[in-house]
Amino acid sequence: MSDILTAPAPAQTRTGISWREGTLLTRNNCPEGELEKRWTRHKDSLRLVAPHNKRKLEVIVVGAGLAGASAAASLGELGYRVKVFVYHNSPRRAHSIAAQGGINAAKNYRNDGDSVWRLFYDTIKGGDFRARESNVYRLAEVSVKIIDHCVAQGIPFAREYGGYLDTRSFGGAQLMRTFYARGQTGQQLLLGAYAALQRQVELGNVQVFYNHDVLDIVVEEGKARGIICRNLITGALHSVPAHAVVLATGGYGNAYYLSTNAKLSNATAIWRACRRGAYFGNPSFVQIHPTCIPQSGEYQSKLTLMSESLRNDGRVWVPRTPGDKRPPHEIPEHQRWYYLEEWYPSFGNLVPRDIASRAAKRVCDMGYGVGPTGRAVYLDFSDAIKRLGKEVIYQRYGNLFEMYEEITGENPWETPMRIYPAVHYTMGGLWVDYNLMTNIEGLYAIGEANFSDHGANRLGASALMQGLADGYFILPYTIGDYLATQLFVKLTTDTAAFREAEKETQQRIDRLLSIQGKRTVDEFHRELGKVLWDECGLSRNAQGLLSAFEQVRALRERFWREVYVPGTGEEFNQNLERALRVADFLELAELMIIDAYHREESCGCHLREEYQTPEGEALRNDEEFAYVAAWEWNGENQPPTLHKEPLKFEFVKPTVRSYK
Amino acid sequence: MRFTLEIWRQKNAQDEGRFEVYEVDGISPNTSFLEMLDILNERLIKEGKEPVAFDHDCREGICGSCGLFINGRAHGPLPNITTCRLYMRHFKDGERIVIEPFRAKPFPVIKDLVVDRSALDRIIQKGGYISVNTGSAPDANSIPIPKAVADRAFDYATCIGCGACVAACKNASAMLFVAAKVSHLAMLPQGQPERRQRVKRMVAQMDSEGFGHCSNTGACAVECPAKIPLSAIAQLQRDYIWANLTPDLYAR
Ligand SMILES: Cc1cc2nc3c(=O)[nH]c(=O)nc-3n(C[C@H](O)[C@H](O)[C@H](O)COP(=O)(O)OP(=O)(O)OC[C@H]3O[C@@H](n4cnc5c(N)ncnc54)[C@H](O)[C@@H]3O)c2cc1C
Ligand code: SF4
Ligand code: FES
Repeated sequence: MSDILTAPAPAQTRTGISWREGTLLTRNNCPEGELEKRWTRHKDSLRLVAPHNKRKLEVIVVGAGLAGASAAASLGELGYRVKVFVYHNSPRRAHSIAAQGGINAAKNYRNDGDSVWRLFYDTIKGGDFRARESNVYRLAEVSVKIIDHCVAQGIPFAREYGGYLDTRSFGGAQLMRTFYARGQTGQQLLLGAYAALQRQVELGNVQVFYNHDVLDIVVEEGKARGIICRNLITGALHSVPAHAVVLATGGYGNAYYLSTNAKLSNATAIWRACRRGAYFGNPSFVQIHPTCIPQSGEYQSKLTLMSESLRNDGRVWVPRTPGDKRPPHEIPEHQRWYYLEEWYPSFGNLVPRDIASRAAKRVCDMGYGVGPTGRAVYLDFSDAIKRLGKEVIYQRYGNLFEMYEEITGENPWETPMRIYPAVHYTMGGLWVDYNLMTNIEGLYAIGEANFSDHGANRLGASALMQGLADGYFILPYTIGDYLATQLFVKLTTDTAAFREAEKETQQRIDRLLSIQGKRTVDEFHRELGKVLWDECGLSRNAQGLLSAFEQVRALRERFWREVYVPGTGEEFNQNLERALRVADFLELAELMIIDAYHREESCGCHLREEYQTPEGEALRNDEEFAYVAAWEWNGENQPPTLHKEPLKFEFVKPTVRSYK
Repeated sequence: MRFTLEIWRQKNAQDEGRFEVYEVDGISPNTSFLEMLDILNERLIKEGKEPVAFDHDCREGICGSCGLFINGRAHGPLPNITTCRLYMRHFKDGERIVIEPFRAKPFPVIKDLVVDRSALDRIIQKGGYISVNTGSAPDANSIPIPKAVADRAFDYATCIGCGACVAACKNASAMLFVAAKVSHLAMLPQGQPERRQRVKRMVAQMDSEGFGHCSNTGACAVECPAKIPLSAIAQLQRDYIWANLTPDLYAR
């Protein structure tokens, strides 16, 4: 962006961790004026591309999760030439498929007082006042159209007997605005977007490249010009040019090794974009989900989420006596501590995720935890089963109960579930402006890959909403504004930037294969995960973060000396794929730690132990930290530059976020 | 627990492939089947040997990536469950376990246990959707749908595209997969305008991909992790006959 000055400020050094002060990021393309009219007015001001010209413009979309598939399908419908790249063997396999609980929309079908304003307000407040008002309002505004479109696509949402759509409540909201399809909402929404995408493939507007791993973004003169990708089956590298590149590559929760994300979810595309100059927004904002099945063994490969919708009907408790080892049914009612209901009477078991997660950690730290490891709390359905009957509970959560039983071997119809928090979602991501464009022109980031709408904490059922809002209803408008300027750009890969990027990628692969050390990629990944979870997880403090910083640097150094990647680069090689991921996580982790260290306040998911109220609630510091931290990468082992985008609250006054 | 694994190894599509035998020991019964393979792979890597390639991602039974043919059954010994949801407690200590890829002509092997299932996507391309452009939809509640109908549509819509139905079928038919999509959309008012073409085109594509005819044995539904009922196939057959035998008043 032209008017961002890069004033070379002196590096700010505190022992170990340092960064350079950058500039104030004031140009984010957010419209001014009345909140309700901003998006409409903005749309009206965007440049348009005539239909016959759209056919001449090529767009690369990386990723076909909810965000990528919906964007690619919609761009195809508009007539752009779209190329989609996914490392999956089908676009239908994206991680979005696993979302269970539901999708929010301000439909107010319940007549319970919902409105665009309220959804906006809840999201801003839920995000602990660390998101942009303009973006969030727009999100709430388009949410209603998402449901309309998805129903038209034939998505079988849950319905009432009268034939109209059913909704339920979800964490952080006192309204029933969450639409759902049993416990498989993400699957149904993704299959809808996938089907729309396949329709465009059939019509010849979109090409989908399966098993293609995007390993670099090509930037020329400050503009995104294409990608470098590796065909995972043959190992061949390809350079692909385009007029614009959209990253819809999901979140980076797997930096922690164990998370609720699909095993293959990763940060490679966004991290490579960051290395090419795209700013990374709030990298330390990572959501830890309160309702997951606790870890049981060392070789566990992932953590399984139990949808938070369970908290609608389940009650969370621990025994009142620490270390009580009696089986739950032998613990009488008066010896059970329903700590959420006690601490947060107005929201009870439905407090937002960060609060529920920290509360679980707190009671476990105090010795009240249950199960073999003492790191779990009960989620109990016996009251709900009594009140509503088995049939209703089965209708609502049948598949979740089955899943729980399968994994743990315990029957949740008879004994309460045991749950514990796990890494789940990344609010951080590539910095984007109101048009969803990064600071690199023509490079867009949508869905979980961007930082935009959830501030320091995301509300349940809002990621699906955001992914589809970005893909169906926002990007198709905003991207045209940029593409209109690219009509006469001739696409070629015969440039220094492409050759250089392809060469660097090849060198990275060759280097990994040539180390021939003794330790496996997973060993390093597990180690990284442990450092991040311990020091940059549920709660953080300066000392721990400093130590984590040193540990990650040392680990990265060892990785590049000791890792063993079997096989060659010219074949299907899953270990090489993983090695490339972990190499990138090891770099991103450093930035996450720096970000967590620099933010000397607590907000949303980010609890700095030094900054909390006596009751252990987050203590925000709006005077100094009401900004988005947009980090610029300056090279390996170099301090990054911190650009600050100030957050203005014109419509909602930041208050202490209380759910008491 | 201890197991003897007989695993299909095949370097690439051109290679002939063969079984190789591995022993694993010290496996906890709460280890998942794929985690057991992770443990084997970690060991193989440490020994400087080539690890076993297999597909996976969500590891919770929803993405449809995993798919192994275990002891002669698609997704292993339990009915209606994906490979990633199998646990070693479902096997006997000391058991010999034969692990193969899903075998079917339209699913060529890429490497070891990984097969190419893109034929299923090409079938969806032939009409496994409702043609609606973004932005043109009416208010969601303007189309009431009886709950029972929506629930049934949902049951059909839950197919995860794993291809187990194909692997389980002696004719390698993709009938259950196609029927799930056809029936899902046939249930709904939104699906009516394209109902005839959809069933005709999807079935034609299934045939041209080289999938066989329905064996009518129901072997698919036994393995289907999404529990797609055989009634889907009955629905498809009815729709197919109807679409072919009755005049299409709206044909273009
Ligand atoms: C278990 C679980 C349950 C959830 N439940 C809910 C819920 O109920 N409600 C809610 O709102 N949210 C929920 N979420 C969050 C939500 O599912 C995700 O935030 C959202 O689906 C992300 O969508 P996406 O399109 O941004 O990315 P993804 O779905 O992660 O898609 C990423 C895509 O990018 C591709 N890709 C990535 N990197 C590359 C690369 N380098 N090269 C090529 N391709 C690449 C992948 O192939 C994939 O197609 C849940 C998350 C989890 C983990
Ligand atoms: S019908 Fe069942 S077995 Fe066949 S692909 Fe779908 S989920 Fe898999
Ligand atoms: S790994 Fe996703 S279904 Fe098994």
